[in-house]
Amino acid sequence: MSIVTVRRIAQIFFFSLFAWFCVVTTVGDHWWQLRGWPVNWLLQLDPLVALGTLLTTRTVYAGLLWALTTVALTILLGRFFCGWVCPFGALHQFIGWLGRRRKKHAERVAMNQYRNGQTIKYYILITMLAAASGGLLAELLQWPREKPAVGLVVLVASLAVTLWFATRKVVDGWRKTAEWFVGLLFIGTALGFLVRPEALVASSLQTGLLDPIPLIHRSMNLVILAAFDGLATASRFYIAAWSITAVFFAALLLNLWIPRFYCRFVCPLGALFGVLAHWTPLRIGKRQGECSGCELCENNCEGACDPFGKIHPHECLLCMNCLRACRQAQMTYGPRRSAVGEIPSPGLTRRGFLTAAVSGLAAVPAVRLAGLLNQNWNPGVVRPPGALAEEDFLQRCIKCGQCMRACPTNVIQPATLKAGWEGLWTPILNFRVGTSGCQLNCIACGQVCPTAAIRSLSLDEKLGRGGFTERGPIRMGTAFVDRGRCLPWAMDEPCIVCQENCPVSPKAIYVREEFQVVRDGARTITAAAADSLTLDGAALRPGRLGTGDYFVGLENAAAGERRLIADNSGQDVKLAGPWTAAPAAGSRIFIEVRLQKPYIDPARCTGCGVCEHECPVNGLRAIRVSAENESRNKRHSLTTRA
Amino acid sequence: MSKPGRLNPLDRRDFIMRAAKAGAAIVAAGGVGLWLHDRKGPSANVVGGTVTLPDFSLPSTGPKMSIVTGADRVKTVNRALAALGGIERFIKSGDRVVLKVNAAFASPPALSATSHPDLVAEVARLCLRAGAASVIVTDNPINDPQSCFTLTGIARAAESAGAKITLPTPSSFKPTTLADAALIKNWPLLFEPFHGATKLIGLAPVKDHHRSGASLTMKNWYGLLGGRRNVFHQDIHTIIFELARLVRPTLVILDGTTTMLTNGPTGGSLDDLKATNTMIASTDGVAADAFGATLLGKTAASLPFIGKAATAGLGTADFESLNLLRDHVD
Repeated sequence: MSIVTVRRIAQIFFFSLFAWFCVVTTVGDHWWQLRGWPVNWLLQLDPLVALGTLLTTRTVYAGLLWALTTVALTILLGRFFCGWVCPFGALHQFIGWLGRRRKKHAERVAMNQYRNGQTIKYYILITMLAAASGGLLAELLQWPREKPAVGLVVLVASLAVTLWFATRKVVDGWRKTAEWFVGLLFIGTALGFLVRPEALVASSLQTGLLDPIPLIHRSMNLVILAAFDGLATASRFYIAAWSITAVFFAALLLNLWIPRFYCRFVCPLGALFGVLAHWTPLRIGKRQGECSGCELCENNCEGACDPFGKIHPHECLLCMNCLRACRQAQMTYGPRRSAVGEIPSPGLTRRGFLTAAVSGLAAVPAVRLAGLLNQNWNPGVVRPPGALAEEDFLQRCIKCGQCMRACPTNVIQPATLKAGWEGLWTPILNFRVGTSGCQLNCIACGQVCPTAAIRSLSLDEKLGRGGFTERGPIRMGTAFVDRGRCLPWAMDEPCIVCQENCPVSPKAIYVREEFQVVRDGARTITAAAADSLTLDGAALRPGRLGTGDYFVGLENAAAGERRLIADNSGQDVKLAGPWTAAPAAGSRIFIEVRLQKPYIDPARCTGCGVCEHECPVNGLRAIRVSAENESRNKRHSLTTRA
Repeated sequence: MSKPGRLNPLDRRDFIMRAAKAGAAIVAAGGVGLWLHDRKGPSANVVGGTVTLPDFSLPSTGPKMSIVTGADRVKTVNRALAALGGIERFIKSGDRVVLKVNAAFASPPALSATSHPDLVAEVARLCLRAGAASVIVTDNPINDPQSCFTLTGIARAAESAGAKITLPTPSSFKPTTLADAALIKNWPLLFEPFHGATKLIGLAPVKDHHRSGASLTMKNWYGLLGGRRNVFHQDIHTIIFELARLVRPTLVILDGTTTMLTNGPTGGSLDDLKATNTMIASTDGVAADAFGATLLGKTAASLPFIGKAATAGLGTADFESLNLLRDHVD
């Protein structure tokens, strides 16, 4: 079996595995649901997820340690992940193959030429990693103020060394590097004394926008599988699916222009692997400088790494197509470097590197000038139960959509710009979409989150039971009654669907009963019997008062002197029970409706949104959850009680 | 071959062919346009074919009710059905039975917000033993349907007993209209499970319900409604009454083994529950509800939907007037 066949089998295997893991990420007790399947495995193998969260949080969360395997293998073998494992890469390769099937040899070779633009992906990687490093940088810059004595010594010493260097002409070699290092040390120490860096720079994890593994998970979970979910159960909806679809299919269609376009020009994970593969002891290369020059090796070259000429080892995806294509067995994968020579670097310039790094670092504070993490926080951003405080959340969420796929009620949605630019495609709750609110006895989202942006809660912690009684349940927000839209409050209509559906015990929604005189309800009796009355005024709609909610109340009577109406015709009202003393003709009565008006107890409300989902005011709901009082941020608390 | 800069000479055959094809294209386009031409535009309300639920009650049995006390649901329901003459009086060989359970909420059976799985399984088993060809367990829950049937334990219990679960999907609903009704007019009804059904049994727990006063066997039919049915809470007694008119079951079983006294209909805490150890089987849902009210410490007179149903002759609120069959099992 040729090595290319083995590679194809590996690609099909890993793609199927990926698709299967997406399919089974649903809550239920069937074997094809979340029953211990390692559904995050590919995300955990992705070292960009691990590195990104490492930079933002200085920890490697749980299964993300798997990334070490990929890193070690890449250092040894090269970019095997791109060519053999990556499900997005497999998809690109397949579509690229479809697109060039009928093309001539020369055209195909032209498509697979190395282009200078392939450097762009490294700049994308640098920008994203820099954006994730702001907090780390701030922490590093803080030390001079914490240890001012040491700081002062370092400051003076580094200044002296820098000045000493400055008096000499240093052009290159280790001394130039040393000069840069000492100079930066001086600037850093000085900055540490002068400014509060934590107010200047911050971390935001945005690798998930373009990292292919979260990207394909998101696309599979929220677009492809969502399209088929309607076949099995009820249809699922995702509010930002249009933008996810656009990115996904644009990336796929670009393969028709240039094969593996995304991998070659955009993919930040590929760039990271390119850097890791720098010293790889095993590599693709030519045995001899001279060959027949047929360029068959570049006919299907996936990485556009130029195996015919001086190879770009950072670009090689180990597709092994050149090995099989060469009729003279010129191409090898082994310890020797190519006989023609190699291009030793990915082609980054120092200027480009600095521009990308500074852009990334500066982008985060620039975006945060909107104040969404401070006074201007958006109460419409209701995060899933267990989500970290917003700033910490944005340091971990990779926008993979696993929580949204796992959510049994479809209430977790990918945000468009509700949570700001940083929060694009992050999970927020939308209580109008889906089959219910956040289900009381469900903790699936936190269990499945690969980076703990949503903490893995126990049911006891979510519900505030057991050891968590003191702290109370996890609150995502609070429901507020819109009294201008609520039927009992605004329109004299009995309802309290919200109270009925409130799932906590005792209910967070409670009612106060009120007897409200209906419009045109003040009447004069023209005739009275023991259990019926004839009224003056406009004719009543027959039967309207017989619903069990309407009463006749006497003017100037003691409280409780009212009778339930059993039925009515145009002027006559039939009572469900007789009066103790029947009112005389000519006396005034009131037609009243018994209303139960809903109120919220913020200490009990968890913000699950079942009330908002069920509210019969179907458009803009009359009871709505917003993030006030959410557990994850103390500054958003509402009352001193809760 | 034409010379550059000059028109081709007219080819008669070619011209006639082109003219004929062009003519055919115009005729085809015109034909399709005229065929699909709609002079009036759409009417305000497009009403599809409506369905009606058949009457599942057995005229031969007449109104009958049994009340059996005891803590074990399997024993009490067996005794209660035996008192009515056995399940065989209601379910014949080949019957296709629908069990309308209460699976409204995604909460565990211990919280008694839904039909108990033991009871569902036992009734399904009894029906199959009596020769039923199939037993379908269904409801249109309030919370996510899949989660409701899973977490309540109903799905697993029913399937282990040999019954089938029908979860509602958008295509399960068909509009229905109840004659002379104020509310149920062209309203989506969970109809899919009723295709070919010959018997209907309602299984309801006894629960507090803030809006209507009580959730019992008649309120249980709410779960057959689709659409934005919550609007009917504005007129809760009328909708329950109309549901009692719409749905005429073979039998109802009211499970008062545990009664949800407070915080209904969701419950959520064991503190909301009280052991009342009573199982009711009845062919008269009104009587069953009138008795069920007493388990909640209420009277039938305080629940207007019972009065409405009784006045309309759907059953009797004076359950004592039925020759009550009382018993007890340990």
